[in-house]
Amino acid sequence: MSDRVRTYDTDVLIIGGGLAGCWAAISARRAGVRAIVAEKGYCGTSGVAASAGPGHWFVPPEARLREEAIARRMAGAQGLGDARWMERIIDQTYRTLPDIGTHYHYTPDDSGAIRRHALRGPEYLRALREKALAAGAILLDHSPALQLLARRDGRVSGARGVSRQGAGDEWLVRAGAVVLATGGCAFRSHLLGGSNNTGDGLLMAVEAGAALSGMEFSSFFTVAPANTPLSRAMIFSFARYYDTQGREIAKPAAPNDHSAIAVALQGGPVLCDLSATPEIVRRQLPQISPNVTLTFRRLGIDPFTQRFPISLLGEGTIRGVGGVRVTGEDAGTGVPGLYVAGDVASREPVTGPVTGGGAVNAAWALASGCIAAEAAARSALENPLAQRSILEPLGDAGLSTRRDRTNSSTTRSAFATTLSTGPTRLDVSASSEVEIVLREEMLSPTRQYFRSADTLAAASTRLSAAWGALRDATPPSAEPRERQRFRELAAMTATARWCVASAAARTGSLGMHRRTDSSTNGSDVPAYVISGGADAVWTRRQAAGTVS
Amino acid sequence: MITSLDIERCTACNQCVATCPRDVFEKTEHIPTIARPQDCQTCFLCELYCTADALFVHPEAEPAMAARLTPSDITPLLGEYRRESGWDEWSENPRYANQHWRMEDVFRLARDG
Ligand SMILES: Cc1cc2nc3c(=O)[nH]c(=O)nc-3n(C[C@H](O)[C@H](O)[C@H](O)COP(=O)(O)OP(=O)(O)OC[C@H]3O[C@@H](n4cnc5c(N)ncnc54)[C@H](O)[C@@H]3O)c2cc1C
Ligand code: SF4
Ligand code: SF4
Repeated sequence: MSDRVRTYDTDVLIIGGGLAGCWAAISARRAGVRAIVAEKGYCGTSGVAASAGPGHWFVPPEARLREEAIARRMAGAQGLGDARWMERIIDQTYRTLPDIGTHYHYTPDDSGAIRRHALRGPEYLRALREKALAAGAILLDHSPALQLLARRDGRVSGARGVSRQGAGDEWLVRAGAVVLATGGCAFRSHLLGGSNNTGDGLLMAVEAGAALSGMEFSSFFTVAPANTPLSRAMIFSFARYYDTQGREIAKPAAPNDHSAIAVALQGGPVLCDLSATPEIVRRQLPQISPNVTLTFRRLGIDPFTQRFPISLLGEGTIRGVGGVRVTGEDAGTGVPGLYVAGDVASREPVTGPVTGGGAVNAAWALASGCIAAEAAARSALENPLAQRSILEPLGDAGLSTRRDRTNSSTTRSAFATTLSTGPTRLDVSASSEVEIVLREEMLSPTRQYFRSADTLAAASTRLSAAWGALRDATPPSAEPRERQRFRELAAMTATARWCVASAAARTGSLGMHRRTDSSTNGSDVPAYVISGGADAVWTRRQAAGTVS
Repeated sequence: MITSLDIERCTACNQCVATCPRDVFEKTEHIPTIARPQDCQTCFLCELYCTADALFVHPEAEPAMAARLTPSDITPLLGEYRRESGWDEWSENPRYANQHWRMEDVFRLARDG
């Protein structure tokens, strides 16, 4: 650790300042405790909600309406849902979201009503930042967390990381309890707003002893104009797609299933036709989603009269489902002092094996943020951190602090050996080789849409080799950004391994997880696939409705 | 990808340095530099926060197409995202009012016709 470490004391530390982290900060302050948010980027522009426009699951407190909403989602959840969690997030969202009206400027709809649940991303996240600051939260921007810290008894009590800007190279926060709100992991696809979401929280949670669930539900892809990150669904709801021969591609059986496009893309460019978009929608579009119209304008495409090429952007666990397994009503992880909120947590209780994008995920992010922060606040008050408590870091993959190494040259040769045992000979000096493996395995639509025991075994071998290399790798320099980059690579590789292992463990198809080598859903009893382990990845099945 | 910073317009306020979620810009003694373009996630948000309308982001994630653009292509487009989003001095203009609330109606129209 360098000498230039800024140290803070707080009650609740929130790691990640996106949708979930901001609501967590506001809730912690409401609960009357001190709160610090450590954000990798800038709290207010970072996270996937900031460049999108999250609608929230928003159902008025009328018994019949709520029962119907929950019954529909329970059916879609195919045995993995939990009606009590659904009820809680609906209720929390309905009660809490209107509070943003102090800082978000709503425009009334045509009838003069305010639609509280529909917020445009840049303005929403800007409002959340201002609200969190007004509530008295301390925001550390450009401050990625690298490691959790624990007391001798194992209770998670803070974190440390690097500062990308400003005076110090490192920061360290000592806290009564920690909320992880680092979002999902899209493996650095060009998903809009997704580049900071590299699975860091998943790795930190597992290193602390938490388990994951539903990581096989990570095969989600969105349509975007070719080579752009514009993964915004609305305008594509009027789309027709054509393969290289000009044949129309059949509409998917289930919404969000772009597997037919994935197959067509293997034969060459796929063109999108938006000519069916009603005139009125064309006129309204700039005021609904200005970043959509400006994208086409700058590409020189009139999307309503010209066909244009598209690509599929991988979302991993973002509009997939898997993440840290919530073990109790308090959004706890089973590890003392550690709570989770938003996309870093498995959303199976509220979505089952299908995506929660569109309404449920944002409600989950808000509600789990509030619930986790309140629980963390209580826990921090009950377990205050003594000044003299010694804290130790938990886990160091990619951070070159392992004891079994002496200097970076030995590490480099270890790197070479491990990688060369994989099926592909990888160039060692460049960590970009690991990025290639991640892209080929996790961002290939056909690989993800059509999984089989064979493809998963091959992916597992390559990813294990990448992990073996990275785990002990030394960043080229101790420069903060360089250390962050290595840690992110380790986190993405670890996340990919949990996705692949979980997909192998679920031998039947279910929801977005599709196995080409099985026609059934694998078992008649709905079950979760739980996973974990950093060096030695493990999985186990657990019947739904049972505890731990 | 972030394409250009107009040195004539830039007021050296350093908002882009602070607000870019990917830490792409670097503060200097004068105006900031685009120090880490390869880290850009093409989110356009720096354009919203630059009240001098000095920044331009091309929608392609790789720089290939942007490289073909000339200043005369770019200048007319500067500031359009901030304006169309109704930020700052555009906030009272009804033409740019935030109608995000229409999104669910559009989805319904697409589904049910
Ligand atoms: C294009 C798009 C449209 C969507 N539309 C909808 C919708 O209409 N309705 C809906 O319900 N859901 C929608 N979603 C999903 C919704 O946006 C997410 O569920 C929600 O943003 C999750 O919030 P979060 O805070 O968990 O994650 P994020 O908002 O992604 O925030 C995570 C934050 O953690 C930070 N972070 C990561 N690692 C670290 C680290 N090591 N240290 C410090 N900080 C870190 C990141 O920088 C980021 O700011 C959409 C998603 C996308 C991609
Ligand atoms: S935000 Fe705009 S005006 Fe301010 S420093 Fe950056 S480019 Fe210059
Ligand atoms: S487009 Fe986004 S990531 Fe790129 S420079 Fe602007 S704010 Fe930063």
